[in-house]
Amino acid sequence: MKHLLTTADLTRADAISILDTAAQMAATQSREIKKLPTLRGRTVVNLFFEDSTRTRISFETAAKRLSADVINFSAKGSSVSKGESLKDTALTLQAMGADAVVIRHQSSGAPHTLATSGWVDSAVINAGDGMHQHPTQALLDAYTIRRHLSGERRDARDPAAAPLAGAGLGGDLTGLKVAIVGDVLHSRVARSNVQLLHTLGADVTLVAPPTLVPVGVEAWPCAVSYHLDEVLTDVQPDAVMMLRVQRERMSSAGGGFFPSPLEYTRNYGLDRRRLAHLPDHTIVMHPGPMNRGLEISAEAADSPRAVIVEQVANGVAVRMAVLYLLLAGDMSNQVPAQNVSSQKVSSQKAGHQ
Amino acid sequence: MSAAPSQVRYLLRNVAPLGADRVDMLLAGGVIEAFAPAGTLWSDGDVVVIEAAALIALPGLVDLHTHLREPGREDAETIYSGTRAAAVGGFTAVHAMANTTPVQDTAGVVEQVWRIGTEAGWADVHPVGAVSVGLEGTHLAELGAMADSAAQVRVFSDDGKCVWDPILMRRALEYVKAFDGVIAQHAQEPRLTEGAQMNEGVVSAEIGLAGWPAVAEEAIIARDVLLAEHVGSRLHVCHLSTAGSVDLIRWAKARGISVTAEVTPHHLILTDELARGYDPLFKVNPPLRTAADVEAVREGLADGTIDIVATDHAPHTREDKDCEWSAAAFGMTGLETALSVVQQTMVDSGRMTWADVARVLSTAPAQIGRITDGPRPQGRPLEVGEPANIVLVDPAAVRVVVPAEQATASGNSPFGGRELPGQVVATFLRGRATVLDGVPVDPAARHGDAR
Repeated sequence: MKHLLTTADLTRADAISILDTAAQMAATQSREIKKLPTLRGRTVVNLFFEDSTRTRISFETAAKRLSADVINFSAKGSSVSKGESLKDTALTLQAMGADAVVIRHQSSGAPHTLATSGWVDSAVINAGDGMHQHPTQALLDAYTIRRHLSGERRDARDPAAAPLAGAGLGGDLTGLKVAIVGDVLHSRVARSNVQLLHTLGADVTLVAPPTLVPVGVEAWPCAVSYHLDEVLTDVQPDAVMMLRVQRERMSSAGGGFFPSPLEYTRNYGLDRRRLAHLPDHTIVMHPGPMNRGLEISAEAADSPRAVIVEQVANGVAVRMAVLYLLLAGDMSNQVPAQNVSSQKVSSQKAGHQ
Repeated sequence: MSAAPSQVRYLLRNVAPLGADRVDMLLAGGVIEAFAPAGTLWSDGDVVVIEAAALIALPGLVDLHTHLREPGREDAETIYSGTRAAAVGGFTAVHAMANTTPVQDTAGVVEQVWRIGTEAGWADVHPVGAVSVGLEGTHLAELGAMADSAAQVRVFSDDGKCVWDPILMRRALEYVKAFDGVIAQHAQEPRLTEGAQMNEGVVSAEIGLAGWPAVAEEAIIARDVLLAEHVGSRLHVCHLSTAGSVDLIRWAKARGISVTAEVTPHHLILTDELARGYDPLFKVNPPLRTAADVEAVREGLADGTIDIVATDHAPHTREDKDCEWSAAAFGMTGLETALSVVQQTMVDSGRMTWADVARVLSTAPAQIGRITDGPRPQGRPLEVGEPANIVLVDPAAVRVVVPAEQATASGNSPFGGRELPGQVVATFLRGRATVLDGVPVDPAARHGDAR
């Protein structure tokens, strides 16, 4: 595989290999010196047509931890805002010799266009395109779910029962139940997760008001419900993933998708009451940035069940894994992650220092 | 003037008019001069003989929906290049849509388009008049002035935009009754399609492009057929694309409402699955629909619910297609592939005869546009004394579409690399060859030809 454009392209083995590599990367990140020499001399361009400080700095951190040179290209204030086309921007990056382009774009399919147009030779990594995909987000979510929910059930409310660092290595998510709650219609996070979690064997239930479920969802490999309380009671999900809901969506200009933020919160918010009814082991996730008090209450966001901050840390490890596999590894002929031992990684590091 | 009869006479030997029994046809003086059993007409030396034993003759094709882009976007197409492409595709008349810059909303602009088309001489150009000033949907353009102009406009459309205001639509339908005009509606409910990029359904849900729901087309068609019934006027529905629209037209016709409908070649053959690669060549408005819709429009065309095939030929410059999907323009070219697509989907599949093809691509569109009579009649039967507007087709030919080699000035054909059946071998406009051996005949050469 040369690019990472959509989770639909990942086989179960591909996905597990990325998650296992991410576990190895994560192991290096608890060391005093976090930097690996793996991508020294390689150039990673963060090409962001849409503001996203979180995702950009996550990719930037991941690339720098692998010793790659990082160039941040933000569309705002650049030639793009003066009307330069995606094509000319791409040709410019090609001329500068980018090895990987991490692209965030408001238009669904722009990363696909960049990867297939012949404009660049680089590996293309989709960092979120329109309403389409955000594959590294889904991978970090799957990584987080696997770490917490593989093996024995732990009481997620007990911080002392945190999982071991390498938990779930080599495994998938078979049998785990994940509820994804919120604005599915506009969400690339939901689309990416439905495909990846299904590939990994999890059962996904989408929960949203009918106005925020896309027409055509019946073809997706998941269940759909309009009732959060029912799903929490009947499905007893192992992980509850809350999606960001933009307040503007209630206004007529924003599409008028729901009557008011209050009604949304009453029906679909993860409030204190719903939090208390979750099974003991259930974790609470959110891709960020959160709207506290809208889709998620402060109690839920700050509870020990919440793995939201850990998702951010895992994001760096997963993005390191993706950059490593696309630029230094061969995903189609993957060395099992168990063999890419932390010793080997650290000896490489020692050798280069 | 192109209407002047050609001096060259053509003998079409062993040709099959409408795919029926083979005959010899003599074209002279701009008309079909003689029609005789095959092998009985002989040349007297001053005749160009075309051996047509493998060919079918159809009346010159008439497109009710062409974007020639001139004035304003001569970088995408000109009246000259677009009508030359039309001739290559077998057309002898095209209706030039009003969304030019400036808009064809005054007698001055439509007369200019008409005049440039006439001077080009590749095909008759009938300008379509805008319904509303500047296509803005707020007040009526001077429809009467356009109807009375030299261009004799009878088809009015804000195509590209829907006449959304029901009062404006009602007034337009009523007003054109005075000169037997027709309102050709681009049926697209604007609020339901804000930001829309492709058909709303399984594919849009997965690939994350904003949906253009079928109901946005069907709701306007339902409203408009009822308005047409109420005011007793004539409605034409442009580029109908959904199964529900076919049902609505079927219902309206059964009720006796004076409505006609068109389908494009691309909606007869392509589906929204093609959007999965995000190639803007497949971005078009109305969008490509599902396989079930494609089947429904084929059925509707075969049973006469849909009256005509019109190309919606929409040339665009490379920069408008060489980009990400949402930044790209809507539209695809079609003049040079329309007949082949109709052959493949309707004739080779056994659903229509060549006589049906003549009806949906020549006779019926000419009738809707009210150009079957007058100084330059089109869509006439292949009979002695009729104008020699004829296209010769080799239905056994197979060709691979190469957009760069087409006559249109733009490359945005969705059929590039695709194998299509049928080849236009010759086109005659009032007895003068605009295409011979599949190659456009330059007007200068034609003058030499006339000796």
